[in-house]
Amino acid sequence: MSDALVIAHDLTKRFGDFTAVDSIDFEVQPGEAFGFLGPNGAGKSSTMRMIGAVSPITSGSLSVLGLDPVTQGPELRSRIGVVPQEDSLDVELTVAENLMIYGRYFGLTRSVIRPRIEELLDFVQLNGKRDEKVDKLSGGMKRRLTIARSLINQPELLILDEPTTGLDPQARHVLWDRLYRLKQDGVTLIVTTHYMDEAEQLCDRLVVMDQARIVAEGAPADLIVQHSTREVLEMRFPPGTQEENIAQLGGLAERMEILPDRVLLYTPDADSTSSEAHARGIRPVAQVSRRSSLEDVFLKLTGRSLVE
Amino acid sequence: MNTYLRMYEREARVYKGVWRGSVFSSFVNPFLYLIAMGMFLGRLVDEQTGGVAGVTYLEFLAPGLLAATAMQAGAGDSAWPVLAGIKWQKTYVAALASPLRSRDIVIGHLAWVATRVALVSVIYVLVAALLGATGLASGLLAVIPAVLTGLAFAGLVSWFSATLEDGIGLTNLFRFGIMPLFLFSGTFFEISRLPDWMEPIAYITPLWHGVELTRAVALGTEPPLGRLGHAAVLVGVIVVGTALAARQFEKRLVV
Amino acid sequence: MTSMLLRVIPLPFRSAQRAKYVFERNVMVYRRAWMIIFSGVFEPLFYLFSIGIGLGGYIGDVTGPGGELVSYTAFVAPALLASSAMNGAVFESTMNIFFKMKYQKTYDAMLSTPIGVPDIAVGEISWSLVRGALYAASFMVVMAGLGYVESWWGLMAIPAAVLIGFAFGAVGMACATFMRSWQDFDYVTVVTLPLFLFSATFYPLSVYPPAVQQLTRFSPLYHSVELVRAFTFGVFDWSLVGHIAVLVGMGAVGTAVVGKRLHRLLLT
Repeated sequence: MSDALVIAHDLTKRFGDFTAVDSIDFEVQPGEAFGFLGPNGAGKSSTMRMIGAVSPITSGSLSVLGLDPVTQGPELRSRIGVVPQEDSLDVELTVAENLMIYGRYFGLTRSVIRPRIEELLDFVQLNGKRDEKVDKLSGGMKRRLTIARSLINQPELLILDEPTTGLDPQARHVLWDRLYRLKQDGVTLIVTTHYMDEAEQLCDRLVVMDQARIVAEGAPADLIVQHSTREVLEMRFPPGTQEENIAQLGGLAERMEILPDRVLLYTPDADSTSSEAHARGIRPVAQVSRRSSLEDVFLKLTGRSLVE
Repeated sequence: MNTYLRMYEREARVYKGVWRGSVFSSFVNPFLYLIAMGMFLGRLVDEQTGGVAGVTYLEFLAPGLLAATAMQAGAGDSAWPVLAGIKWQKTYVAALASPLRSRDIVIGHLAWVATRVALVSVIYVLVAALLGATGLASGLLAVIPAVLTGLAFAGLVSWFSATLEDGIGLTNLFRFGIMPLFLFSGTFFEISRLPDWMEPIAYITPLWHGVELTRAVALGTEPPLGRLGHAAVLVGVIVVGTALAARQFEKRLVV
Repeated sequence: MTSMLLRVIPLPFRSAQRAKYVFERNVMVYRRAWMIIFSGVFEPLFYLFSIGIGLGGYIGDVTGPGGELVSYTAFVAPALLASSAMNGAVFESTMNIFFKMKYQKTYDAMLSTPIGVPDIAVGEISWSLVRGALYAASFMVVMAGLGYVESWWGLMAIPAAVLIGFAFGAVGMACATFMRSWQDFDYVTVVTLPLFLFSATFYPLSVYPPAVQQLTRFSPLYHSVELVRAFTFGVFDWSLVGHIAVLVGMGAVGTAVVGKRLHRLLLT
């Protein structure tokens, strides 16, 4: 018997003829940050909705906190927190009132909720906005409020669906920092994202999803070791000359990916590959050498970029 | 091409996209009132009183309802659409990025409202004539005062809408302004029936002048202030309303 | 006690113990926007005054529900009460539900907590009932003050208005779950205005030719008007049972459809 918080086996979700999630298996352990990485439409949100007990599973099995989401929905939902993809705040209410009424949905008494509001506003750095109407908040603040709201019932498990999509870089970093602290406090996180940097920053372990299936699973660093080389050399050629240049690149790298605007060479040492290419008389207009990332893993596994 | 005509064209194009929704509010609704109140309820009124102001209740109500419909169309087109142009969709803001000036926007908008009120009124008169509620020729002539009535409200409401930040003010305008006017400004009954203290209030509302003038033209009678008198009041309100709206648009859009 | 109650009330209401929190949310939102609710009181009053002053003066007396002559204003007042219960319930249920469902995603937020679909349906409908009762009560106060209520049975007009609000609110909410865009709201008045004008609201049914009289019986507002009129005049007969049955039926069907539709729209 596993002590995992979420156990999915053969989990499938169909909408009519369309299969959104196609018999996937995964387990989420207590205290870890678990990620679903994949492009839009890969089936991440459908999986999250099933875990959150708002979408019945079509077949297979799913257990969350030892409960059955289909028959024990209310009990299950009272113990988890959900940050949906789209903010669903009450725009007519103030910041504090949003937290109050959401706490009431859980059946908590006002005297229990009141101190939690102050704590949570502190935590997401919105104390100054306590009595402001939600209408007036920036996108990043709304997102932080949504996170505060999802914590009002002190959940054991927090589900975040694309928590930073649409935010500017600074707001994203603030959010990541808060999520990291939650993890430190022992809250288990499940995060979906189509940003590889987000997945690398936040997740201990992740699955890569594509077209309703899981195509890889592991810790971010392991996935890179497993599916990619240590480094990557990116080359950009003058318009119209990419083809003739590619012809001369043969044998330079372990693997080569050809994108419409550039060529990626997978190699243990980008600098030496670069000098070799130079010696062959190849002259790109621009080149970058960098470490391999999850983006490269995804590209190799699916042949497509994550964000198109 | 005059610059305000470009605004006129824009408003007309928008309307082409949404006219279906307005068919009921501005074309069908007035007939429903005319049939329910004029024909059926009118039968009761005529039985008891032998007619109102010397004509059947249906003939009395028809021109009053024409003026009230013109008011509602003029006010309605200058309420949410104007606030949307300024604040929500910001189409007026976009228009100002072209050579249009804010007064072109106001005049183009009002010219379009006048066209629409005329259209609504003509169709109303045709059907009212079919129901025997008005003569065809005199009814069509009454479209002119109806359009003046519509414009009087369009100017004032455009100005008011341009001062607002959200739609609550407009909801209140219709609940506490347009609706009571509809019910108390001589559309459904002669205002001599109002309590003495209320009568002077009716005199200062533009709708009363619109109703009196429209009714006088339709029935061939002489209204209290004379036709020219009522017409002068309406034109005065149009001028003031347009000027206020132009100034407010300038203040709001050019910052 | 509770378990017995649960067995009596219809299915959609059974697992709705958390409906009170949905209700509480509305109270919280409108605490700041009470003016919107308050100003809704005036429209039927304006109609009442206008008719009392104007048409009431022209028409004098008409034949009331019991066959005796009654003042025209006293005849129309209960109809205005019934109509405003209808209008209030329809607009509240269609506009607000649509906005919360499509734009604000309020229900999605609620459903990620222990709250379920039956809680939402029951909470929202109860809210519109309480709102309707407030309107009805304030209208009754004015009506009675002006002497248009002929019987102590008139007090029953308030629960009657709540029943009307339930019937139209449930059906309106069911319709809102089928709406795609704001344009669809134009069709709401296409239904409510003819009902308002032609349901024997402004004149006795006898004004119509016999065929139209029969047709009017299909109008749910006609049954609402007759119900309220019976109470304000204290004149009863067996048709009262029919009027109530029509309204209860509408409310039950509407609620059932709402439960089904919300389930389909929010929990797939």
